[in-house]
Amino acid sequence: MRVDVRKTYKLFIAGGFPRSESGRSYPVADTSGKVVARAAAASRKDLRDAVRAARGAQPGWAGRTGYNRGQILYRIAEMVEDRADTFVSQLRVGGRTRAQARREVERSVDRLVWYAGWGDKFVQVVGNMNPVQGDFFNISTPEPTGVVGIIAPEEPALLGLVSRVAPVIISGNTAVVLASERLPLPAVTFAEALATADVPAGVVNILTGPKDRLIPYLASHRDCNAIDAWGHGWEGLAEIEAAAADSVTRVVRPPRTVDWTNERLAQSPYMIADFVEIKTVWHPKGL
Amino acid sequence: MTTPAPLTLPVLGTHVTPQSLRAYLEATPPVDEVAVHERVAALATRSIKRETKRYALDLAVRMTDLTTLEGRDTPGKVRQLAAKARRPDPTDPSIPSVAALCVYPAMVPAAVDALRGSGVKVAAVATYFPSGQAPLEVKLADTRAALAAGADEIDMVIDRGAFLAGDHMKVYEEIVAVREVCGSAHLKVILETGELVTFDNVRKASMLAMAAGADFIKTSTGKVAPAATRPVTLVMLEAIRDFAELTGIGVGMKPAGGIRTAKDAIRYLVLLYETLGSAWMTPDRFRFGASSLLNDLLMQIRWVRTGVYQRPDDFTKD
Amino acid sequence: MSEAHPAEPTEFTYVSSREATDLVALDDRYGLWIDGTFRTPTSKRYLTTVNPATEEPLAEVAEAGERDVDRAVRAARRAFETWGRLPGKERAKYLYRIARMLQERAREFAVLETLDGGKPIKESRDVDLPLVAAHFFYYAGWADKLEYAFPGIRPRPLGVAGQIIPWNFPMLMLAWKVAPALAAGNTVVLKPAETTPLTALTFAQLTAEAGLPPGVVNIVTGGGETGAALVRHPGVDKVAFTGSTEVGKLIQRAVAGTPKRLTLELGGKAPHVIFEDAPVDQAIEGVINGIFFNQGHVCCAGSRLFVQESIADRFVDKLKRRLSTLRVGDPLDKNTDIGAINSPEQLDKITELVDSGVEEGAEIYQPPCRLPERGYFFAPTLFTGVSQSHRIAQEEIFGPVLSIMTFRTPDEAVEKANNTPYGLSAGVWTTKGSRILWMADRLRAGVVWANTYNKLDPASPFGGYQESGFGREGGRHGLLPYLEGVPR
Repeated sequence: MRVDVRKTYKLFIAGGFPRSESGRSYPVADTSGKVVARAAAASRKDLRDAVRAARGAQPGWAGRTGYNRGQILYRIAEMVEDRADTFVSQLRVGGRTRAQARREVERSVDRLVWYAGWGDKFVQVVGNMNPVQGDFFNISTPEPTGVVGIIAPEEPALLGLVSRVAPVIISGNTAVVLASERLPLPAVTFAEALATADVPAGVVNILTGPKDRLIPYLASHRDCNAIDAWGHGWEGLAEIEAAAADSVTRVVRPPRTVDWTNERLAQSPYMIADFVEIKTVWHPKGL
Repeated sequence: MTTPAPLTLPVLGTHVTPQSLRAYLEATPPVDEVAVHERVAALATRSIKRETKRYALDLAVRMTDLTTLEGRDTPGKVRQLAAKARRPDPTDPSIPSVAALCVYPAMVPAAVDALRGSGVKVAAVATYFPSGQAPLEVKLADTRAALAAGADEIDMVIDRGAFLAGDHMKVYEEIVAVREVCGSAHLKVILETGELVTFDNVRKASMLAMAAGADFIKTSTGKVAPAATRPVTLVMLEAIRDFAELTGIGVGMKPAGGIRTAKDAIRYLVLLYETLGSAWMTPDRFRFGASSLLNDLLMQIRWVRTGVYQRPDDFTKD
Repeated sequence: MSEAHPAEPTEFTYVSSREATDLVALDDRYGLWIDGTFRTPTSKRYLTTVNPATEEPLAEVAEAGERDVDRAVRAARRAFETWGRLPGKERAKYLYRIARMLQERAREFAVLETLDGGKPIKESRDVDLPLVAAHFFYYAGWADKLEYAFPGIRPRPLGVAGQIIPWNFPMLMLAWKVAPALAAGNTVVLKPAETTPLTALTFAQLTAEAGLPPGVVNIVTGGGETGAALVRHPGVDKVAFTGSTEVGKLIQRAVAGTPKRLTLELGGKAPHVIFEDAPVDQAIEGVINGIFFNQGHVCCAGSRLFVQESIADRFVDKLKRRLSTLRVGDPLDKNTDIGAINSPEQLDKITELVDSGVEEGAEIYQPPCRLPERGYFFAPTLFTGVSQSHRIAQEEIFGPVLSIMTFRTPDEAVEKANNTPYGLSAGVWTTKGSRILWMADRLRAGVVWANTYNKLDPASPFGGYQESGFGREGGRHGLLPYLEGVPR
């Protein structure tokens, strides 16, 4: 009878897997209440470190070509597909059947591939020349807003996370993600997929733990450019938006209900556009 | 090398005015940064093998200015490094000596003593290296002291503050003053390209330094990052090419700082060869300012000779 | 093994550094790739393809006759019934797979491209193959996003595309044709050039390994007759041709009055304009790249140099000196800059036009250059004292030959630049931004390069004005030729 070696689930910050600086962890239970693992419980200091890591990584990530970012997202998809069995067993902890869990993994891979394809194209759809009056060249182009705080939904634990991370980072933003609190294990495995997919350190940072205690620090963080609230929903959104107002942090609001599985509703280049700034440049045309 | 063309710009000589200097510098063509990087990347794909590689490695050793520029340098340290400079690989007498040992002025006596009879030159950094932020008299005194102690070569720094503020005349006059103090001693002018930042600045500073009488133009002190890079080196080599066309004078070039591997050194030699040709492939016209590079050159030479990958501790660390 | 010590060199020169060819496995003879496998041509006829650097035969490839073309078109039609209805995201996955496999086998394809076509290995390795994979990646990403590409319409594929490509960038031209066609839901019958069929046939085998459904990509090798049969076939919904203007006109006549959609990417005689405030040393590199990249076998080659008179003498001097550093020779040598001319026919054309230049009174310059004894090679060549009316200023040479003229003012440069039936590309060098934009507005060319040249990207549309053809390849616009729009 072989005793297995149990995994310790940690945070993902700056490309590495640290424990929480608070030293705390919390139990992860399946639907029957049985504890199957413990996950790290991130503190506000971990959040602070994650934002710093995301900020540090942002110029380099934005400086890569759209093609390169697309290649990397495609590689993330490869890594997620490769870890399908692990994801399936972790999603079943949350109550999914094997078939449902497999569907969720497949949708997640397909969603990553879908957004990967936008890397070197979305500028062609969201940007354009402007025919201004006068002898001027005038062009509007999208630029990533910077560091985005993503509140991942409690469920679906993998698809929801992927559905928000992909449109945020494909344009050159970096992200700090507050993972599903009740079902954090897929987020940690997703972090492992990122770490093996040529994603530069700090581009995505994933914190597991007491989400509601971390949200106010994220919303009010002055070095965070935008908050994605799709995973949060409308209840309690007012507090988040009020806290964000202090530094004019953009808050991207969800629709009233979210259907993560419906491709028409859950993925769009306009979701990429939610996290960019439009820069318009003028230049005279003359001898 | 073309025959000297009559200089149409009255720059070399004593009657330079701020206006004539400005006109000379403004005649420098602009530099496109992206295209420079592309040319460097294209030349990095040159494949250097077999006899070419052996020749290049040997040449690179002969072109090395072995350098120690630390506050904690002592005569003892300098003596050890001098032994390395004379005989880089004690187990292999076929490895040539390096070109020079580069030290602070206070270390020149120890260097001169240790290198007597070896053919290896003593180069001293001077003019209040690395910052140059001192009155001119101090900078000239620094230079005189180094020469009096026996230095063969002087590596001076330009006044970057004056350059960036647009006071090119001041920069020019200082180089001319140091040139006079040097007499026939070999003068290298350090531009500190990491502080000049743009290739346009580097090109202009190169043309200015050459007009003022530099024997060599040098990228960096090694105390500021970035130090030498291949793109900046290409810009300076192209300036040297233009200056040679204009005046018939062949100025040398020295990238310094950050060149650690033989592979990188060979890439620099390719840039040199493709830009200035065979006439510049000599220590009289090109030097590497480096310290750890030498051991990597030795390791590669031994690999090329034996076909076996080497280990660092088989080469002396001085 | 340790190296012997032959006589050591006394100066720095490059020794040859040949890329290994053992990773290429060629069959002696290839059939036509139809419906997912190789088939014997009904004509039973084969052509030999030759390495232009050595004149040695590489393999035999089938010569497709009319019935073979018919077979291929039918196979493409059958495959279209499924392929055209597949959800875009599944088509995307096939294209992504193909792109990944091309990346994995990039070196093999690059070596084969060099063997069959004569271009330097450093170009096929560093330029052609990376762009090939990138084109497949780029268009894979559009396959399931077509409704975002064109607001207001529902895009539909056209059906079967008949595609004819030239010998100068065999794999890249294949990628430019196949990737957008497939992404949009079409199926293809592609005819590679007679002298460069091998990478297309290897690509066909790769598609089978990628699991691409049979019939989606069909390759019919052959000469002009095969191409004509493909263009004429009533089962072809769309014709795409890259090649000479002369043949392009024949094709345009052949599809006239038929429902077939057509795009043409034809010849060019691009003006390359250098102003006095240009970054000179980088402009020299741009000019060199513009005319000597791929031996000048480039439709968008900067073959007419216009230098502002105030800097012309110095510029031409620098150019001549730079020519002497170009290395002409064995395309498999990694240090070769200029490889072989693709065929004896092309070599003759270049020679004839160069002779005409001398006869018409232009001044020729060629650096001292030792050309290999075997193979088809031509030294890099400049002409100064060229007039607009000289044949070397009017006709596309498609070789390493640059015609140099001067100008005094920008409007003169524009007038001379546009004084051609072509209009594919143009280059401008100046540090003045407003002048770049002023020139770009006025140059009659589908691609304008400012302070750079010969830059290609799958996201950037490419195509010409006037007799350089119509339609664009690359970018969002590159999808248009392969779709029709149904109003929403």
